[in-house]
Amino acid sequence: MLARAAREIAPGMVVNLGIGLPTKVINHLSADFEVCLHTENGMSGIGPSLSPERADRNLIDAGGAYVSTVPGSAFFDSVTSFAMVRSGRLDLTMLGAFEVAANGDLANWKIPGKFSPGVGGGIELAQKARRVVVLTTHTDRAGNPKLKSECVLPLTARACVARIFTDMAVIDVGPNGFELVETAEGVTPTDVAAATDAPLVLPEMTPPTF
Amino acid sequence: MRLPDKQCTMESAVARVKDGDTVMVGGFGVPGTPMTLIHALVAHGARDLTLIKNDANEPGMGIDHLLRNGQVSRLITTHLGLNSDAIALMNAGEIEVEFNAQGMLAERIRAGGSGIGAVLSDVGLGTELARGKQVVEMAGTSYLVETALRADVALIHADRADPFGNLAYVATARNFNPVMAMAADCVIAEVETVLPLGGLPADTVHTPGVFVDHVVELEALSEEYAVVQR
Repeated sequence: MLARAAREIAPGMVVNLGIGLPTKVINHLSADFEVCLHTENGMSGIGPSLSPERADRNLIDAGGAYVSTVPGSAFFDSVTSFAMVRSGRLDLTMLGAFEVAANGDLANWKIPGKFSPGVGGGIELAQKARRVVVLTTHTDRAGNPKLKSECVLPLTARACVARIFTDMAVIDVGPNGFELVETAEGVTPTDVAAATDAPLVLPEMTPPTF
Repeated sequence: MRLPDKQCTMESAVARVKDGDTVMVGGFGVPGTPMTLIHALVAHGARDLTLIKNDANEPGMGIDHLLRNGQVSRLITTHLGLNSDAIALMNAGEIEVEFNAQGMLAERIRAGGSGIGAVLSDVGLGTELARGKQVVEMAGTSYLVETALRADVALIHADRADPFGNLAYVATARNFNPVMAMAADCVIAEVETVLPLGGLPADTVHTPGVFVDHVVELEALSEEYAVVQR
């Protein structure tokens, strides 16, 4: 799933990888792949993560992980960082999700009564990146579908998600809702439809696997 | 001509904070958080504070000391995810928390520091963060009115300074520090190294000393500045 999501990143892009699963996509990019990774706390050109022994105390990503520079990295303040986000300089962001709706609505920051740490930079990434893709398990820990006709939880942004990568499938958000693009090896379109709480448009041919 | 010297002791700088003040605190996680000024503010004891800070640090670190000491009644922030203490205080109603989209918090502070009353933005339209905010229509588009934020005091951490208060930051310790240093009536900077006047080349100044009121050189860096072992 992470390796498949990594292929979504085209050479030359400016990309923000959200906290959690998306951050791990970095491990599937080769060292000479041409890409500029951005992090909200004020850096472009993120290099590999560092162990605490090798870390620089002043160099973290927005999730608090210790990271490094690459030749050509830049540091900037929070105003500049979000000017980049809101003005459309991010080609792609990969975000986690609690729920995604068939129209592309995203809920990923609050579960009332249970989890309300605040939205951080999530709204601006979801609303303003040129392309928003979601990386998530297909169902939550209790087995409930995360892909739904409508979100129940408070929204992060409306109609923002273009594509969803899960452990079961790659799904696009199209004019007719969720469209199955690929399945994970050993997973059938019927399995994916059964784990999705909204109509799933199936391709005419058997979809490729990843 | 010679530029004024703004160096003073930690205690005399923090004495500027009064009960009920609004205090901006720089930092995003550990980098850029003025840990020593925060401890001085705990010792000073000012209460009923409104803090403006991106995050609430982690339990036992940074502004968590002020929260746990009962000195904060209101927190304007973006994310508390790494501080379970802060979330517990919020859920218990001990502190009032106002969440902002991160870039809009920066932009509201920028407005406050730039003599601007508010900014217009569509960030968060259609979400619960838009609740209670005025909406205006301009050229067929809806925008939220994001009001400017200013503070009585800003607590800043910088890597290098000169006695006039010209500041320079390192790596991701820059974050909210430059913009907060523009948006308070009294700006106090703790710095790791004070260089003589002229020691900070003019082209390398991130925050011009005109914005800064007090410069305090740190004698040593406490453990709170170190790499966090998770």
